[in-house]
Amino acid sequence: MKLRQISHSISRSEAAAFRLYILPWMIGFLVFTVGPMVYSLYLALTNTILGGSGHFIGLHNFIFMFTKDPLFYTSLVNTAYYAALSVPLGLLIAFVLALLLNMKMPGMALFRTVFYIPSVVNGVAVILLWGWIFNPSYGLLNYLLSIIGMKGPDWLANPASAMPAIIFMSLWTIGGPMVIFLASLQGIPAELFESADIDGAGWWTKTMRITIPSVSPVIFFNLILGLIGGLQVFNQAYILTNGGPLNATTTYVLNLFNYGFVYLKVGYGSALAWVLFIIILGLTLFIMRTSRRWVYYGET
Amino acid sequence: MEMDTRLQRRPLQLLLRYILLIALGLTFIMPFVWIVSTAFKPPSQVYTIPPQWLPRPAILTNFSQGWTILNFTRYTMNTLIITVLATLGILISSSLAAYGFARFKAPESAILFAIVISTMMLPSQVTLIPQYVLYSYLGWLNSFKPLILPSFFGVGAAFFIFLLRQFFRTIPRQLDEAAKIDGCGSLRIFLTIVLPLSQPALVTVVIFSVINNWNDFLNQLIYLNSDAKYTIAVGLSFFNSKYGPQQVNLLMAVAFLTLLPILVLFFAAQKYFVQGIVMTGLKG
Repeated sequence: MKLRQISHSISRSEAAAFRLYILPWMIGFLVFTVGPMVYSLYLALTNTILGGSGHFIGLHNFIFMFTKDPLFYTSLVNTAYYAALSVPLGLLIAFVLALLLNMKMPGMALFRTVFYIPSVVNGVAVILLWGWIFNPSYGLLNYLLSIIGMKGPDWLANPASAMPAIIFMSLWTIGGPMVIFLASLQGIPAELFESADIDGAGWWTKTMRITIPSVSPVIFFNLILGLIGGLQVFNQAYILTNGGPLNATTTYVLNLFNYGFVYLKVGYGSALAWVLFIIILGLTLFIMRTSRRWVYYGET
Repeated sequence: MEMDTRLQRRPLQLLLRYILLIALGLTFIMPFVWIVSTAFKPPSQVYTIPPQWLPRPAILTNFSQGWTILNFTRYTMNTLIITVLATLGILISSSLAAYGFARFKAPESAILFAIVISTMMLPSQVTLIPQYVLYSYLGWLNSFKPLILPSFFGVGAAFFIFLLRQFFRTIPRQLDEAAKIDGCGSLRIFLTIVLPLSQPALVTVVIFSVINNWNDFLNQLIYLNSDAKYTIAVGLSFFNSKYGPQQVNLLMAVAFLTLLPILVLFFAAQKYFVQGIVMTGLKG
């Protein structure tokens, strides 16, 4: 009886200690995340203008979004275009680089550094650098194309090539997924390859039957993180083209930014934010659900 | 090592790999060569085809001229203040929370940890507008407060809480028990045992937080709206829209200077980068 009381009071003091240590996070979570989310849900149902007042208008923002706002669909399509190309292509390049780096030979650390650095310096400076690379007359890219006899477009001023240009530059910053792939490749037990060798399996068979299934959990992880990031693309579109030409690079978040912070329509902007949240949540859950079929977590 | 022997049996395959790696490596390096080359060019050599890779003469005045066209010294100070204080906030709040999750149990601890993890997936745009409204009520607009204070309350720290908790759990509990017998309280154990032993993980947190803040743009763009408060990121964007296309050699010179601190940090602490990323990928 007495022992039980002691253990009970220990676990109670343990719970108290737990609550004390996570208190700062808990306050932040309630004040800066939960509170704003609830408030945002309320704002989404009003026509509030920043600095002014607003009225409750029910679902009108959402009705306007789906039936009248042309930029909603444009931005959605643009963002889907960006994510549908930059995420899989980025993962593919990251995976191929990791495969190439996966050998214990001199120079691998240097190459890893070279491929990784762009993702470290991934800020405004690098976006401006790419703007200069895409310069139609004097930029690096069109110069390189001219060497092989091609005439490059005015990348950022042409509606057909502006988004491809932004996708292209995103493929330069794949260092994060690459390092994760590499670590995962290095964790594959060598015996698997040895027994495949004995069975006479070729490179392709081994890649498809051993390598890819073994790294499928990190493909899954990189895919989810890549998609969440890809659907939030903003900086490049804002700095290089500000959504142009002809809204060809108006991404979802750029449209949200314009409504919220340029036109100050925070009610409608909040509605846009919730729709983005639901899209991201839905896609994440969908991938998680299908992942049971293609992600291989080993025997355990 | 298994790759080793298989490849040594096939020298041709090995050679092919190196050639491919070198070609790809040069491709990845080229934008950096381009920025450095442009940064040293006299105006007459900037807009030429074919490009002059080696500027003759290489001039240094682009750096001083670009730096002072706008007040980049001020922007750098502002960026440093935000980065250092926000990182301090992240370090304190994430290590405290991680210690709580790693060492103490409460009925709600499992569900709260799941919440921490799920906030990593929450797009920040959902809270962007309401947070802005909140800060405008608090009178925080055009100040560094929205960019610094939330980090002391674990905002944006979910990944770091996760990373540190994983690390703290690898520290043997016997050390805690021994200290407890000596009469140490849990805070003292945290400060004198857990934190000193977690130095590599803490360095990883510092580095990633510094990079996040240095590379941030959207938040700084929204909250800072006077020249005296601008950061490097906002200043560069402003520079570009004002002078960019005409004086791209100055723009590249300044852009390159602002990359340098991050590059130095990267080379000084490379192993912590790799460690940090690998921890996320393989345990997440």
